[in-house]
Amino acid sequence: MAVITDAICSLCGSLCDDITVTVEDNVITDVERACILGRNKFVGMFLHDRIESPMIRKNGELVDVSYEEAIDEAAKILVNSKRTLSYGWCSTSCEAISKAIQLAEETGSLIDSTANVCHGPSALAVQEKGGPSATLGAVKNRADVVIFWGCNPAHAHPRHMSRYSSFSKGFFTQKGRKDRKMIVIDVRKTDTAKLADTYVEIDQGSDYLLVTALRSAINGHEDVIPDTVAGVSKEDVLELANVLKEAKYTCVFYGMGVTQSRSKYKNGDGVSSLISDINQHSKAVMIGMRGHYNVTGFGQVATWETGFPMAIDFTRGAPYYNPGETGANDVLTRGDVDAAIISAADPGAHFPQDSLKYLAKIPVIQIDPYANPTTELSDVVFPAAVVGVEAEGTAYRMDGISLRMKKLIDTKFKTDEEIAVDLINKVRELKGGA
Amino acid sequence: MSELLIKNAVVCDPINNVNCEKMDISVKDGKIVESVSSGAKVIDAGGKLTMAGGVDGHTHCAGKINVGRFMSPHDMRMTNVPGLSGKEAPTATTRAQVGYNTPNAFAIGYRYAKMGYTTIGEAAIPIIGARHTHEEFEAIPILDKFGLTLFGSNWQVMEYIRDDEPEKLAAYVAWGLKASRGYGIKIVNPGGGEAWGWGKNVSGLDDPVPNFDVTPAQIIMGLAEANEKLNLPHSIHLHCNNLGKPGNYETTIASMKLLENLKSNRDRQVLHVTHVQFNAYGGTSWRDFESAAPQVSDYINSTDHMTFDLGQAIFGPAMTMTADGPVEYANSRMLNAKWSNMDVELEDASGVVPITYSPKNFVNAVQWAIGLELALLVDDPWKVMFTTDSPNGGSFVNYPEAYTYLMSAKRRAEIIETLPEMALGRMNIPGIDRELDLYELAIMTRAMQSKMYCMDTKGHLGVGADADIAIYDIKPDSVDTTVEYVAVKKAFSGAAYTIKSGEVVVKDGEIAMTPEGRTYWVNAKMPQATVDAMQVDVAKKFKKYYTVSQANYMVEDAYLPHPVEITTEAL
Repeated sequence: MAVITDAICSLCGSLCDDITVTVEDNVITDVERACILGRNKFVGMFLHDRIESPMIRKNGELVDVSYEEAIDEAAKILVNSKRTLSYGWCSTSCEAISKAIQLAEETGSLIDSTANVCHGPSALAVQEKGGPSATLGAVKNRADVVIFWGCNPAHAHPRHMSRYSSFSKGFFTQKGRKDRKMIVIDVRKTDTAKLADTYVEIDQGSDYLLVTALRSAINGHEDVIPDTVAGVSKEDVLELANVLKEAKYTCVFYGMGVTQSRSKYKNGDGVSSLISDINQHSKAVMIGMRGHYNVTGFGQVATWETGFPMAIDFTRGAPYYNPGETGANDVLTRGDVDAAIISAADPGAHFPQDSLKYLAKIPVIQIDPYANPTTELSDVVFPAAVVGVEAEGTAYRMDGISLRMKKLIDTKFKTDEEIAVDLINKVRELKGGA
Repeated sequence: MSELLIKNAVVCDPINNVNCEKMDISVKDGKIVESVSSGAKVIDAGGKLTMAGGVDGHTHCAGKINVGRFMSPHDMRMTNVPGLSGKEAPTATTRAQVGYNTPNAFAIGYRYAKMGYTTIGEAAIPIIGARHTHEEFEAIPILDKFGLTLFGSNWQVMEYIRDDEPEKLAAYVAWGLKASRGYGIKIVNPGGGEAWGWGKNVSGLDDPVPNFDVTPAQIIMGLAEANEKLNLPHSIHLHCNNLGKPGNYETTIASMKLLENLKSNRDRQVLHVTHVQFNAYGGTSWRDFESAAPQVSDYINSTDHMTFDLGQAIFGPAMTMTADGPVEYANSRMLNAKWSNMDVELEDASGVVPITYSPKNFVNAVQWAIGLELALLVDDPWKVMFTTDSPNGGSFVNYPEAYTYLMSAKRRAEIIETLPEMALGRMNIPGIDRELDLYELAIMTRAMQSKMYCMDTKGHLGVGADADIAIYDIKPDSVDTTVEYVAVKKAFSGAAYTIKSGEVVVKDGEIAMTPEGRTYWVNAKMPQATVDAMQVDVAKKFKKYYTVSQANYMVEDAYLPHPVEITTEAL
């Protein structure tokens, strides 16, 4: 029996690194301190069927093949494709992401991450206005006001509030929750909102209006604020603005309610501008509540390797970036790619119907530990090790801090990184032979 | 094993007192040796200028630069310096390249190598973010790398200084260098990073840091003494308080004076002050803003305890990035520019803001002049490291252009002619006729770095040195660098050969091969009892305040595939 301490949970962007895992006969038998989501990731892998063998679709059915045959088939798809979409790479290591980018570069593909349907607009907002941020520990130690805007950590990031935000105790926040005002802005009273001191319910899709009203109040232009903004009374807007001005340290945590609702990236642009304005009076920062445990890492690695965080098109050789044109769903709905390789993400469950209809028409390569709706659309399937459990590697927390995930148990499966390297080599071989 | 003979090189090697003399250089197994066998591969340098590979001792190349990239996709398309900027498709030897001020990691390696540089130092590593820095180091091809670790607003540092615990402070610094795999102590706006945690700043050397009861002066002295106790290869590396403010030269000189009586056991300075251009401002506001380079230079000429680098400004777009969080916020408000910030728990702050230095703007014009004035008014080139604080003053790919400003009064006059009248009265450069020669340029771009970082295998071509060699396509015996600045710039923009660890990595200005570089870090040994006592305090910090566990904080060996560990023993 082995007890592994300080293990890192590879479920969500909180990347809790204080997990104790007990391993008996290469099976995880106990997990301490993880939330229910994290626990299910660790122990759930022994409860669910894995993809056991590489598979190729023959006569409409996925049939087991050798790894070499699958690599050969996948490489042929990549070499014969004029423009492949490489998508996902967010529930995996930075090392795998790096190899995925190299594969995309060498095959003239387009590569995008799950940010395309998540925090992609946050990146655009940073490009418009910057990202005034902090590490989570700065919030834990200093923040006397935390705002959750369009996010619901009670369900999506269950330990966030105890480890980093609402309830955490730090150097200047010794009393934890008692030292801190918690505000939730959302369109419905979530379980997070139920814990808040102040819940501000806004009309669906009106986030930008509220941001603008708050900026007006903070910048001394109360007179331009109408009696009701975004379904919120002027009085409440002014009170909220006053809390922000009087706070010692505010952090706005924001989720997809901000990034994927009406006005999209303009909401993030507005929040960034608001943070800058608040800093005229006190101190404020913002942090995006990232979902996949290493979607932040994709953005980091892609940025230092290609200059761009997502939606990178190598069709012309040098990287080209134009979200709206080169995003995963942009090219799928336009029918602008002729093959796809998908790893560590499940567009089959999360993409719009039009994208899936097109995905069903083109050859799809999947790399994943588990069968999921994407498997049903796939023509070549590689089983992969579960990174963070069966393979080590780097991941980035939502605040941009990178940590090294441990390998907890042995596996017979190859890692995403190894599969990407084998594909690079096979593609080179096929191209060289042509 | 592999042998190389470089014939007919006109060598400029100040460490070995060689001033443009024709000689042969023998290389074996990546090192410079006395002689090689007759089977050695031969390169005929044909009388061309030959120097040790360049060393950029202060550049932002890994870590924070990724924030700059992230927020500026437009930078990826910029082609301001042809051949060394913009987008390039991958080739058989090179990965795809993008960018100008914030190029991707591959382009950083290729472009420095093309300019004959073989070693670069990242200017600021937050310990908790060090893993990221080393991931980017690994992605930068060809070059050897090292980085400086931030200590100037660190809670444990400030507490040990406040509580007068110099032994524990030294042990903590040693541990922090090990945790971050850093090479030396970086201090940025001492205390200012902590004050920025509350949206404030410190106003000068004696302004106490909120809640910590220490002053910036005490932080500087405490860390400088720890630095010497640990016998580190580099001195403290100081970004002074009040950066970017008119009148800040007084703080700068006062900071320099603090260290006058500190002694080092090693043959180097006890203080390096960085990007002094941003800290040599006169006047009381932007209205009466003027160069204070003469005052600062006069002081530096009067003392022997310090070195400094320029932070030369380059006209055109740049990207400011610094651990000086309050400065970046102020920049963004003043320039109405986008602003990224990172408050780093228990350690420091940082920010990133784009800027454009316009020759039509009198402040920018004076900034341009101040960097040059510092280089030319300080008599001893061994005190001066050439930098643009890339990309703060401008991208490193502008170095060859900037060399011509230092080497040719004629070239300077051409620029000065385009500057606003208002600026001319605020600067001194029009009256300076000094022109650096190739020997002095070699000192400022590689030789002084060898001394100031105690890197005895870098920055020179003596026997035993790393075979990092640049051969430039100009002939010292026939070129007049004061006039032929076009040829000078061209030569330094694309080396005829760059040789890294004995391998030809650049030929005729193009990348020939891309080996992986090494990473230098310092393992400073302290008595175990002191280390144990310090660890008790550090463990409390992790238990109560950090959001990362101590076991996951230290950078693992996996992130330094080619490490060079420098060990020192505490005094």
